[in-house]
Amino acid sequence: MAVKKENIRNFSIIAHIDHGKSTLADRLLELTQSVAIRDMTEQLLDDMDLERERGITIKAHAVKLNYKALDGNDYELNLIDTPGHVDFNYEVSRSLAACEGALLVVDASQGIEAQTLANTYLALDHDLEIVPVINKIDLPSADAERVAKEVEDVIGLDCENAPRVSAKTGINVEQVLEKIVSDIPAPLDSDDTKPLRALVFDSVYDNYKGVIVYVRVVDGKIKSGDTMRMMATGAEFTVVDVGYMRATSMESAKELTAGEVGYITASIKTVGDARVGDTVTTAEYPASEPLPGYRKVNPMVFCGVYPADGADYENLREALEKLQLNDAALSYEPETSGALGFGFRCGFLGLLHLEIIQERLEREYDLDLVTTIPSVIYKIHLTDGTVLEIDNPTKYPDPAFIDFSEEPIADAHIFAPNEYVGAIMDLCQERRGVFKDMTYVTPERVDIAYDLPLNEIIYDFFDVLKSRTKGYASFDYEIKGYTRSNLVKLDVLLNGDTIDALSFIIHSEKAYGRARKIAEKLKDNIPRQMFEIPVQIAIGGKVIARETIRAMRKDVLAKCYGGDITRKKKLLEKQKEGKKRMRHFGTVEVPQEAFMSVLKLDE
Amino acid sequence: MKDIGLYIHVPFCVSKCPYCDFYSMRGDECDFDDYTMCVLESMQDWEQKLGRKANTLYFGGGTPSVLGADNLALITERAKKLFTVDDEITVECNPSTIENGFFQTLHDAGVNRISLGVQSAVDDERKRLGRKADRKTILKCIDDARKSGINNITLDVMLGVPNQTFDSLKSTIDYCIDTGVPHISAYMLKLEEGTYFYKNSEKLNLPDEDTVADMYSLLGDILEKNGYRNYEISNFAKPGFEGKHNLKYWNCEEYLGIGPSAHSFIDGKRFFYPRDILSFKNGDEPIFDCDGGDEEEYIMLRLRLIDGVNFDEFEKRFNKPFDKGYLEKAQPFIKDGYAVLDENSMHLTRKGFLVSNTIISEIIL
Repeated sequence: MAVKKENIRNFSIIAHIDHGKSTLADRLLELTQSVAIRDMTEQLLDDMDLERERGITIKAHAVKLNYKALDGNDYELNLIDTPGHVDFNYEVSRSLAACEGALLVVDASQGIEAQTLANTYLALDHDLEIVPVINKIDLPSADAERVAKEVEDVIGLDCENAPRVSAKTGINVEQVLEKIVSDIPAPLDSDDTKPLRALVFDSVYDNYKGVIVYVRVVDGKIKSGDTMRMMATGAEFTVVDVGYMRATSMESAKELTAGEVGYITASIKTVGDARVGDTVTTAEYPASEPLPGYRKVNPMVFCGVYPADGADYENLREALEKLQLNDAALSYEPETSGALGFGFRCGFLGLLHLEIIQERLEREYDLDLVTTIPSVIYKIHLTDGTVLEIDNPTKYPDPAFIDFSEEPIADAHIFAPNEYVGAIMDLCQERRGVFKDMTYVTPERVDIAYDLPLNEIIYDFFDVLKSRTKGYASFDYEIKGYTRSNLVKLDVLLNGDTIDALSFIIHSEKAYGRARKIAEKLKDNIPRQMFEIPVQIAIGGKVIARETIRAMRKDVLAKCYGGDITRKKKLLEKQKEGKKRMRHFGTVEVPQEAFMSVLKLDE
Repeated sequence: MKDIGLYIHVPFCVSKCPYCDFYSMRGDECDFDDYTMCVLESMQDWEQKLGRKANTLYFGGGTPSVLGADNLALITERAKKLFTVDDEITVECNPSTIENGFFQTLHDAGVNRISLGVQSAVDDERKRLGRKADRKTILKCIDDARKSGINNITLDVMLGVPNQTFDSLKSTIDYCIDTGVPHISAYMLKLEEGTYFYKNSEKLNLPDEDTVADMYSLLGDILEKNGYRNYEISNFAKPGFEGKHNLKYWNCEEYLGIGPSAHSFIDGKRFFYPRDILSFKNGDEPIFDCDGGDEEEYIMLRLRLIDGVNFDEFEKRFNKPFDKGYLEKAQPFIKDGYAVLDENSMHLTRKGFLVSNTIISEIIL
């Protein structure tokens, strides 16, 4: 039975990574008895293994909670979980757009971090009521009052009555529920009588039902049998079912009405047909204007993905197809590499997205992969006036025809204790950053703003940042546009043959340094073989770095181990097995680690 | 039926050398006598079971000399009686454990070959290897053996040991040549898991791979110039003094190993006693390892010998000609001077010996 609009609360939880968002969500589920204690595994909302391992929420999910408040009324609380990483910024913004309020969870020992602020600003952009929650007060290092003051000073939120909780032990979590009821507005602006406008904030593919579209109904109503229309694409489907998401199951309903959060199924084949941010209306009573803010998310980072064993090509294609059903931001198209054979050029939102997809391919589909150096999209202006958008170094044109090039620039913010300012500025400088601003968030913590070329971020920026700041720095970025840049393409030659999969585009200033490092890395990671192998790094035809992998001199078992012939045989077999896993370029054998080593130059 | 080789493992040492992972323990007089009894019993059982003859007997370890001359003599005499061993009988000795009359007793029992662990003639290097005997003691040992009538002596030396240089290696080689022994084995140090050297390799000042390769070449050159033929990867002998027992391994012939960790190859089966002296004393059966003696194994072993694979012998053994496929795979190595193909055989060169793992695995796998 639908509750009155006054008794609905739609909210998200926003937090920096590891500040306890998922644990708090679990406690809320428990307290509202949305899930039986025996069904509780840690962090219920994160249902992909990977999410749980990495402690991040990759995709948004939503759940409806029933809560009897102290005022004696029954409330319907819709918790919309948001992804916690910069790569999924757009999805975060759509989740927030579906709410009237947000819980801002801040770690009582760590205080405000980069994503705390980034997410807060996103929430403010959507006019959300923000309810601060100080979490982890059980930690010995917790200082709830200091952090509360930090939130008041930096964000300007009154924290006097902010719940001080420990989601882990459950202390004071019931106060959070009361705060949701008292502070977050009900969706009173939503009007059942208007034409349907429902915001898609997530969609997942289900083998049986097709795409499950998660929506917030802003205006109007929807029920099974209606003809739903996606306003961005115009695609129409007959609604099979509508209902609410419960913690462990879906609950069918007669209809979804304005102000509510729920799901729609309509035998939709791919999530690409029900993209996050799109507006659902009905063909019978269509809305004239979609909800604001839809954009198609475009991949920012590209790399070649190849099966280690060429025979797995078809399996890789099928796996990508399946992943794309559920991930509209993932793009792929077939490509061929002289070095790696048949594979795919894949596009990702960012490096984390790339790593997650790669890991899912390897884990869930049991594929052994070789990936090439990630690339961003460069704009190459040719002398004849045409502009090429290039995400693949192999498509880089002859430099003679290039007028100038542009590369994407990110507006980056790094939060850290002030003792690391020097280290961070050094790093940003090394990465061709342009200093913008530095503000003291608190007397001990700074927000350093830089314009950083995206291609400097996508290799290993975050890893290096973490190691140079002992893990204390947090990082967030947004693409702000393109800027003119002096780019060159580096080619890697082994034994005189260009290994196309190792080519990449780089700023000319960094070419020499990088070329030297790559040559060294390849020398260290390609085992010596029966003949000498020159390693050359070249721009155009000009070699700018060179190393030599000398011929192997010694690979012999001196002893026979008192007639233990089997031991020797096994050793040879193991050796041979190792070779099989290598890539063959002409006569040169290159192990996968050599490719990986070029990806991670700073380790 | 061809005679087999008989191997007796003696799992005792006075102290453990820091590079060694062979199965051994300290032990005392009682253990030695007790162990000797077990070996005698085991030989008896095996003779009854197999009914085979042996023409070589080899005591390896551990340090066989620790067992004492009387025990070794006892086993030798019994082996001769049971298996009619009538050719080569070798005892590995650590020069620091030799007592007066030791060699005479062995000789009188029938031992006719002694293997002495020199490892290095440079004091500092030898000490780091945990070897206690000094240069003089080793020479006296050789002298004693000869006086007792044992002239077939082989010395073990090591390449690539801590602090070794080309000069220090040369002095070790010269030292060995000067003794006039007819056989020298030279083993490149391999860091075996679990050994002290393995755990502390960083601190050891080991020559790098290329240096060891050059040392091996230098050693080979000098020994060949002095009349020793590099008949197997790690073995050098004057004509007629090749180790007959060890040749059985490389010729893929049969042998019976007695004692914990000893390996056997009989009737196409490879099996071994586990590294557990209690299990051996308990009379537990050895463990089956795998079927042995197939083409690939044969080629793998024969390519360790400078004579390599002889095509006639191959055909005789396997009743079919040597497969052209092997030759095709060997072609690039032949072209680059790692291997030689002549009318009736294929074999590796010294340069090929050094990278024999790669070559052999390419050819047979």
